Amino acid sequence: MILQVKDLNVAYGSILALHGVAFEVAEGEIVTLIGANGAGKSTSLRAISGLVRARSGQVMYHDADITRTPAHRIVQMGIGHVPEGRKIFANLTVAENLEMGAYARADRGSLQAAFDRVFKSFPRLKERLKQNAGTLSGGEQQMLAMGRALMSTPKLLLLDEPSMGLSPILVQEIFSIIQEINRQGTTVLLVEQNAYMALQVASRAYVLETGRIVLSGPAAELRENPRVRAAYLGQAV
Amino acid sequence: MKRTNLTAGLPLVLLLALVFFVAREVLGSLEIINYYWQLILDQSLIITTAAIGLSIIYGFAGQFSLGHAAFFGLGAYTAGLISKLWGHGNYGVFLLSLVAGAALAGAVAFLIGLPILRLRSDYLGIATMGFGIIVKVLMDNSNKWITATGGATGMTGVPQIAKFPVIFSVFLLAVLLARNLRLSSFGRAWTAVREDEVAADAMGVDPTRVKTLAFVLGCALAGVAGALYAHRYPIVHPSSFDFLKSFDFLIIVVLGGLGSMSGTIVTGVGWVFLLEVLRAVLGQSFLDFRGVIYALTLVLVVILRPKGLLSGMEWQALIPRRVPEGNPPAKGETPNVSA
Repeated sequence: MILQVKDLNVAYGSILALHGVAFEVAEGEIVTLIGANGAGKSTSLRAISGLVRARSGQVMYHDADITRTPAHRIVQMGIGHVPEGRKIFANLTVAENLEMGAYARADRGSLQAAFDRVFKSFPRLKERLKQNAGTLSGGEQQMLAMGRALMSTPKLLLLDEPSMGLSPILVQEIFSIIQEINRQGTTVLLVEQNAYMALQVASRAYVLETGRIVLSGPAAELRENPRVRAAYLGQAV
Repeated sequence: MKRTNLTAGLPLVLLLALVFFVAREVLGSLEIINYYWQLILDQSLIITTAAIGLSIIYGFAGQFSLGHAAFFGLGAYTAGLISKLWGHGNYGVFLLSLVAGAALAGAVAFLIGLPILRLRSDYLGIATMGFGIIVKVLMDNSNKWITATGGATGMTGVPQIAKFPVIFSVFLLAVLLARNLRLSSFGRAWTAVREDEVAADAMGVDPTRVKTLAFVLGCALAGVAGALYAHRYPIVHPSSFDFLKSFDFLIIVVLGGLGSMSGTIVTGVGWVFLLEVLRAVLGQSFLDFRGVIYALTLVLVVILRPKGLLSGMEWQALIPRRVPEGNPPAKGETPNVSA
C-alpha cells in the first residue's frame, strides 16, 4: 500500500469534519473519493498532504507515519497535491509556476526532464510559458495546477476537484490526461463531485457522507449500486 | 540549457556605484555639495537602507509590517548607547555598534515573528503596530533605567562619526544582499508565499521559515540603518521612531511598487529629497502641510499608477529577468532531451 489512512479525525475548531475515516490506495491505482459538498473530501486530501492537522488517527505513506509531518516535507517525500480551486500563482508566468512546482526537488539535473514530461501531458502549457497564469482560461489553469504538481515528480498525486467549473469537453480532456499520467506510473487519489467521470476512470472508490465513509468498493460495482446511482449519478433506480 | 547569467549586470552596478561615490567626493571637496545637502543625501541613503529592509518583508515576502521605524529606532538607540558610553569616537567601537544595532533589531524581530509568522494573513501588521507603540513609550521612559538615553528629551552625545563613505558602503551592501536573496531560492519562495501561502506550502516551501527569514533580515537592515542614523544626526529622539515614521517606510515601499527593489531605491531617495525641497519651498508651513502632501502624493500615485511607480519593473543590470527553465528551444537548436 502506498497510502493507508486509519481512523482519521479532523476538526475545524469545534466542528468535526472527518469521523474516523479509513481508506487505502495501492501503488499504481486511481482511487476516488466521491461525495456531496461538505462531505469531507477536500479535508481528507488536506490531512494527507499536511495542510491541516489531524486530531487523531494515522496517515501512513509507504509504511511511514506522516500524520505529523509538515506539508513541505511531505512534498519532498513524493506526494503532490493539486489543491481545490487550483491555487495557481496568478501573477507569475506559467514557466515560473512550473518552476515553483519543482521547488522541493533536490536534483537540479532532472529539471528539464520534468518540464518535458509536463509538456508531453499538457502541450498547451508550452505555448503559454511566458503568459501570466492569471490570464489563462479555467481549463488551462487546471492543467497548470496539475502540471505544477507533477514538476516534483510525485509518486502519489492528490487531485482535488479537477473538473470544477470546466465545460464537459474539457472535463473529458482532463480525465483522459489523468488516466495518462496514471499509466506512466503515478498513483492518483482523486476527489470529485462529478461522480460519473470519477467512477469511469477510477479502479476503486469510497463514498463520503458528512465525514464518514459509507460505501466502498470497485468503481464498476459502485456505478451499479442503487444508492450511488440515486444520490450521485442522478439516475432513477 | 541556456540560463541567465545572474552576475552579468553586477560590474555595471558596481561601476555606477563607484562613479557615484567618486563624483560625490569631487563635488563635496569643491563644496558644490554643501554641508546641508550632504546631510540630506546621507539621510536619503540611510532611510533607503531601512526601506530595502521593509521591501524584503513586505514587497518580496508579502508580510505587512507597521513597526519598521521601531526597529530602526532600536538600532539607533543600541548603537548610539554603545558608542556614547564606550566608544568616545573610536571607529572600531562604531563599527561594532552597527553590528550590535542590526543584531538586536533582528533578534527582537525573531522573537516577535516566532508566534505570529506561523499564522496566515495580516496579524503581523497589528502586532508590529502594537510593538511600535510600546517601543516609543519605552524610549520615552528609558532614562529611568539608563540615564544616558535621555528619555523623552532625546539622546545627545553620540559621536558623529558616520560619514558618507561608510553610509554609502552599508547602503550598497544592503542592496547587494537584497538582490542576491531575491535571485536565490529564498526569493522564489518569498514570491510564492506572497502570492498564495497555501499553494506555496503545497509546493514544498516552509512558509514559517521563509517568512521569518524575511522579517528578521528586513528588521536587521532597519537596525543597521538606525545605527548609522545615530552617528550622523546629533539628537536621537523617540519621536523620530514613532508610528508616523513607520508609515514613511511603508509609503516608500508601496509608492515604489511592491516587490520592485529598484522602485524602493528610487522612491526612498526621491522621497527624502522631495520632503526637503518642499521644506525649502514652504518654509515653516511645511510642518502643517506635511499630512496633506502625504495624502495627496498617495492619492495621485494610486490614481496614476495604482501598483506603484515601478511595480513589476526592475533595473535589469541589478535584477536580471530570469529566462524560464522550460523555455522551448529556439529554432535550429537541438532540444536537450536527456538533461
